[in-house]
Amino acid sequence: MGSLKEIRTRISSVTSTRQITQAMKMVSAAKLKRAQDAIVQMRPYAIKLHEILTSLSASLDDREDNKYGQQREIKKVLIVTVTSNRGLCGAFNANVVKRAIELAENDYRDLLAAKKVDFLTIGKKSGDLLKSKGFNVIANHNDVYEKLIFENVSSIAQELMDLFVDGTYARIDLVYNQFKNAAVQILTKEQFLPVVIEENKENTATQNRDYIFEPSKEYIVNELIPKSLKVQIYKALLDSNASEHGARMTAMHKATDNATELIRELKLHYNKARQSAITNEILEIVGGAEALKG
Amino acid sequence: MFVEIVTPDKKIFSGEATLAQLPGSNGSFEIMNNHAPIISTLNRGKVRIIAADGKEYSFDIAGGVIESAENKIIILAETK
Repeated sequence: MGSLKEIRTRISSVTSTRQITQAMKMVSAAKLKRAQDAIVQMRPYAIKLHEILTSLSASLDDREDNKYGQQREIKKVLIVTVTSNRGLCGAFNANVVKRAIELAENDYRDLLAAKKVDFLTIGKKSGDLLKSKGFNVIANHNDVYEKLIFENVSSIAQELMDLFVDGTYARIDLVYNQFKNAAVQILTKEQFLPVVIEENKENTATQNRDYIFEPSKEYIVNELIPKSLKVQIYKALLDSNASEHGARMTAMHKATDNATELIRELKLHYNKARQSAITNEILEIVGGAEALKG
Repeated sequence: MFVEIVTPDKKIFSGEATLAQLPGSNGSFEIMNNHAPIISTLNRGKVRIIAADGKEYSFDIAGGVIESAENKIIILAETK
């Protein structure tokens, strides 16, 4: 270990780092609370929409005319990655990027070789990472996190839906972190388009009642599918946002713990060094006095 | 009857009401107590609600869908 002064400077620098990580942890905890609230707020809407849609589409026979459900030969694929704009949240962003690349290299190997796999990134981190690895990133939506409301998100969803409908891409996948709790994120890959609506064959309340449908069942289903797609993207973004703050909270908590441990060790070294310096000094004085006596 | 207006961001109305006027895709319509079950899509327009205490509420929506059954009305609305 270095001199006393060196150790002292290190202790003070580690202490200020700990202060920063502690503050970041607290900020993330507050933001996590808000992000979780947003998920809870969105849930009633999503659940009801899903309920109406699944029970209606179960009673419809032909959904061939649905423009969002067309199964076409896959010539070009778009992978949408949802990450954060900021770092310092552990492997949060790296995991998404890794999964997205894995998806491209395994599921779409031939298309990737022919340069037919594109990426659209939400969040600065995945955009930068994917670009630096030489993948084709067609667009980057970073500003959506500044105000995470449905309106802003739905315009992104609309853009994706347009890209599918005009035939640019025959398949769009979504990779994001699903929120489980503050410490756990579930890395998720979802098929966004063509749309998959699982049909609800069970008898739900919505199915049993003798409803009036205005204007018609088909019309309602076709109106609801884009809505549910937008909700899917919105949910992914809210989940990812909450996960981000959870991941950062955990990362900062660990960093704070590490700093505390480091400070403890450094203090021990410092005290030992200080003690031995004092002992040396006393020895010198005693030795000098002895020499004078003699 | 119980009316709820839900948007993806939050719940904007919840309470007992006597009348709900809605901008349906086939034209404006009203729902009062004991209306037959109905599912309808909504266009851009105003949702007018007269609450049980006589107060009148009005919301601008950009579209949505309504489900009404057994005196429980849920309006999934988009605001813009």
